[in-house]
Amino acid sequence: MLEALKKIFGGSSAKSSDLAHQRLKFVLLNDRTNISPEIMENIKNDIIQVISKYMEINQNAMEVSLENDSDSVALVASIPVSSVKQKNRRR
Amino acid sequence: MSEVIVITSGKGGVGKTTTTANLGVGLAIRGKKVALIDTDTGLRNLDLLLGLERRIVYTLVDVVQKRVGYGQALVRHKKYTDLFLLPTSQVADKTAIDPQEMLTIVQAMRNEFDYILIDCPAGIEQGFQTAVIGADWAIVVTMPEIAAVRDADKIIGKLQSENKNIKLVVNRIRPQMVKDGTMLDMTSIDDILSVDCIGQIPDDEKVVDSANRGIPVVEWKNSAAGSAYRDVVSRVLGEDVPFKPFETEGFFTRLKHVFGH
Ligand SMILES: Nc1ncnc2c1ncn2[C@@H]1O[C@H](COP(=O)(O)OP(=O)(O)OP(=O)(O)O)[C@@H](O)[C@H]1O
Ligand SMILES: [Mg+2]
Repeated sequence: MLEALKKIFGGSSAKSSDLAHQRLKFVLLNDRTNISPEIMENIKNDIIQVISKYMEINQNAMEVSLENDSDSVALVASIPVSSVKQKNRRR
Repeated sequence: MSEVIVITSGKGGVGKTTTTANLGVGLAIRGKKVALIDTDTGLRNLDLLLGLERRIVYTLVDVVQKRVGYGQALVRHKKYTDLFLLPTSQVADKTAIDPQEMLTIVQAMRNEFDYILIDCPAGIEQGFQTAVIGADWAIVVTMPEIAAVRDADKIIGKLQSENKNIKLVVNRIRPQMVKDGTMLDMTSIDDILSVDCIGQIPDDEKVVDSANRGIPVVEWKNSAAGSAYRDVVSRVLGEDVPFKPFETEGFFTRLKHVFGH
């Protein structure tokens, strides 16, 4: 009954306070993980150092970024490998 | 030893200065010796809210530039004689006060006061750094509005990176809207910001009236905002005060609003 009345008078069924809550959650996920390019560059260099101990990588083609989906954030790295170092090969 | 608290927000116009004035008067009423420092250089307002605008001679900028000591710039409240305002300049801009200079002044003032409250300007630029540097902890003021909560989150991040303790004050709550589901409620705000809340202040016309008069609502017995600010004062003093539920409009008052005008 009440819902029907609400529809007649044009009130939308989703409460705007809930909508604001959801939108805030999403936007803050982005805001909070929005780290500076400088720090991103540092992360990239650190990854290069670690990986280079085990394999040769193509540093120029390497990509590191933060990616969001609806409720989580992931650090995604794409690191093209040129060759695996001798001592680390499986025999 | 005194406690130095900065009142900040990120977004402008959410009630920092109103909160500073009310907390200051409230603490003075409770017998504390209090100094309020306005750091909104160029856009000062704290003097107006306290009714002290005509008694300013020297400002924070004069102190920084060593024309006078801070004691000469302090304006003593007539009614609350343990309440003092250190006003800032209305003509200079934010670059006139360097954070390090501010720190020196605040440290010097510590011996003399129980509480030093610093009213921060809006934004995250130099004015923010100047206001925050000397503070032991921070009160972040926000409103139950999507943009104000987002900006509060940004400020909270900045304060955390400077290892400041943070308490939240949510201002201008409209209980009827919260009840109708058209305004963010405290549960949602807690969920998002996860900061300990020490104040829930309703939207109250008397706040505007009190600004007109230069008498903060904290001393008004019949003001809902005033009563909420008295509770904030108690919590700052370390008392465990429960949050009172707000009165919402009853059915007949609402009918009156719908049909009345
Ligand atoms: N609880 C309240 N109820 C009604 N009006 C309020 C309330 N709190 C603040 N206001 C009004 O909101 C306006 C802004 O308040 P105030 O100046 O304290 O905000 P501010 O955060 O210091 O602003 P600024 O960022 O410009 O320094 C003022 O006009 C004030 O009267
Ligand atoms: Mg202000």
